[in-house]
Amino acid sequence: MFKYVKQLTSLVAMVAVLFTFTTETMAAKKSKTLKNTQKKGFVRCGVSQGLPGFSNADAAGNWTGIDVDVCRAVAAAVLGDANKVKFTPLSAKERFTALTSGEIDILSRNTTWTLSRDADIGLTFVGVNFYDGQGFMVRKSSGITSTSQFKDGISACTNIGTTTELNMRDFFNSKGISYEPVAFEKADEVVAAYDAGRCDTYTTDKSGLAAQRTKMSNPDEHIVLPETVSKEPLGPVVRQGDSVWEDIVRWSLNAMIEAEEYGITSANADSMKTSDNPAVKRLVGAEGELGAAFGLDNEWSLRIIKQVGNYGESYKRNIADTGILPDRGPNELWTKGGILYVPPAR
Amino acid sequence: MDLKLQKIIPQLITVLVVVLVFGFFTYNAQINMENRGIDFGYGFLSQESSFDVQFSLIEYDGSHSYFRAYLVGLLNTILVSVIGIIFATILGVIVGVARLSPNYLINQFAAFYVEFFRNIPLLLQIFFWYFAALRALPLPQDADAILGVFYLTIKGLYVPAFIWENLNVFLYSLIAAIVAIVVIRIHARKVQETQGKQLPVFWIAIGLIFILPLLSFLIGGVSLSFEIPKLKQLATTSFIYEGGVSLPPELIALTLSLALYTATFIAECVRAGIQGVGKGQKEAAASIGLNPNQVLKLVVMPQALRIIIPPTTNQYLNLTKNSSLAAAIAYPDLVLVFAGTALMQTGKAIEIVSITMLTYLSLSISISILMNWYNKKIAIKEK
Repeated sequence: MFKYVKQLTSLVAMVAVLFTFTTETMAAKKSKTLKNTQKKGFVRCGVSQGLPGFSNADAAGNWTGIDVDVCRAVAAAVLGDANKVKFTPLSAKERFTALTSGEIDILSRNTTWTLSRDADIGLTFVGVNFYDGQGFMVRKSSGITSTSQFKDGISACTNIGTTTELNMRDFFNSKGISYEPVAFEKADEVVAAYDAGRCDTYTTDKSGLAAQRTKMSNPDEHIVLPETVSKEPLGPVVRQGDSVWEDIVRWSLNAMIEAEEYGITSANADSMKTSDNPAVKRLVGAEGELGAAFGLDNEWSLRIIKQVGNYGESYKRNIADTGILPDRGPNELWTKGGILYVPPAR
Repeated sequence: MDLKLQKIIPQLITVLVVVLVFGFFTYNAQINMENRGIDFGYGFLSQESSFDVQFSLIEYDGSHSYFRAYLVGLLNTILVSVIGIIFATILGVIVGVARLSPNYLINQFAAFYVEFFRNIPLLLQIFFWYFAALRALPLPQDADAILGVFYLTIKGLYVPAFIWENLNVFLYSLIAAIVAIVVIRIHARKVQETQGKQLPVFWIAIGLIFILPLLSFLIGGVSLSFEIPKLKQLATTSFIYEGGVSLPPELIALTLSLALYTATFIAECVRAGIQGVGKGQKEAAASIGLNPNQVLKLVVMPQALRIIIPPTTNQYLNLTKNSSLAAAIAYPDLVLVFAGTALMQTGKAIEIVSITMLTYLSLSISISILMNWYNKKIAIKEK
């Protein structure tokens, strides 16, 4: 029997390891995500594989974009440094699995907030950082200027695993037009195929169309049709079941938007501490105890504004100045005719 | 200690460990899914899928169920695998034989082909054939007709559709011809074994397979007409072909790259098989008076096949599994439709991935069983 002592000990050891593992996972403490993030020293953020203006890496591997800024804001709030983010590029297909399996803690990847995603698959949407809608791009030379000119047999290139596929069906069905859907796994292949002439139209969110147009061999040959065929509120997503972490991400985004509303910018944030407006003072941490509710200090929002900037600065830097969508459209503050309206930070 | 017990204990421990590890993973997944509010279940398969698929062998649109979408993907995977296997085998045999050709140009060309296509990653080849073809092919309005009726364009290969009348009569005549040929072959063999006479079976077979279907046209009321694709304008510079059958470029590029890639491996199997038959066998066969054709058919090939079949089975399996790279170029196979879009829309990752894995496993096992059966059939039968 002594022969097997070695095997038996290793077996017992293995079983013991397995059980400690299990008890660890079961002990779902209050905001494990926050604790883990602080322990690791960086925020784990899922982004796109390259969508200019939203999340895009330059040659040196620096990520920029308004989706990227949400993660940077959380890092500034939680860790004190907006650069302490580890970005994971994800395809549309991989994104939710990466989040629910715990590979990332925030999914900030131009993701549409829908009922079934929110309710069904273990996700929680925390807000909207870009109001978008699905549109169509065609070649200028085709002479098409409106979706009403689409005819039976039109071929449409798009991505799989997005709401786009479903909206496309709804749209063509409602118009009674037969179409050929050509759905690729990655956006780069969609652009390449459409650019080569495989499809008559390319459909995705309008911001995406505007951004991808810049990647075409000759951007001026293509136009985005005026019609918007769906509502696409894009926003960051977190795993279900950690309400504290959910609040941190939600209010990091809200703080950026509210900062713009009160005219607090990265340049003047420090001087705003002496403002007469209590709402401004709360946002820069000079009044109230807002951070305590999340287990953070009081200057969490000040750091966001100083390091990342307010929403308007982020939009200008990433989307307007890059020529993608100079006009803010619905993504303007409610006070200026847009629909950006966030609950007050108090 | 008992020798039997000594043998059993390590195996028991192994089984126990495997069960524990699996149990742990299942338990952990369950806990985690419960914590995150994810339900487990296969009920979604009967829900409406609400997405369309570009290319399908059965009737399908978004109003059908997810299960139907699964079938669409599965059939598309089988389609591309079967066509790929047929072309890869034909090309592989030709190249394999060509590598043994005494003609320097032919064997060098075959060797170059094998080395070139075997050593480039398949995904790269798929991208090459797809995007190179897309760039090279004309737009529908610029395409010239091939043989007057085929149009190869960037939007696909348009071929005339067959319009049959009394198709069943034609099929019956074809079946009758095949049955007659089988009967005649059996009879001819008997005649040869008992009387030593050889009947011209080959010519009789050719005659039957043409004459019977021809008769069905003449007296069976069968007629066949073609619907030729016609150009249709969608917008100023946007055209398609209407009527006829359209094969998407994704299918063509995928089949082409799978066949070209796998054929290199099959060619090597064929070469190994033929070279594996001893030289003495051929000489002995020639010395008993068989002509070169008979040497090949009766002596070399039966022995070579035994060496060729097992490794070729592996290549068939590889081709089937490699067809899952289709997702990269929008060919709606099982991975793109089911493990792609359906997974995304439902969020049922564990369920869908498990079904997909099980499906590929079943496909592979079916091919294996079929090829093992064939291998047994041609193996040396000891009497």
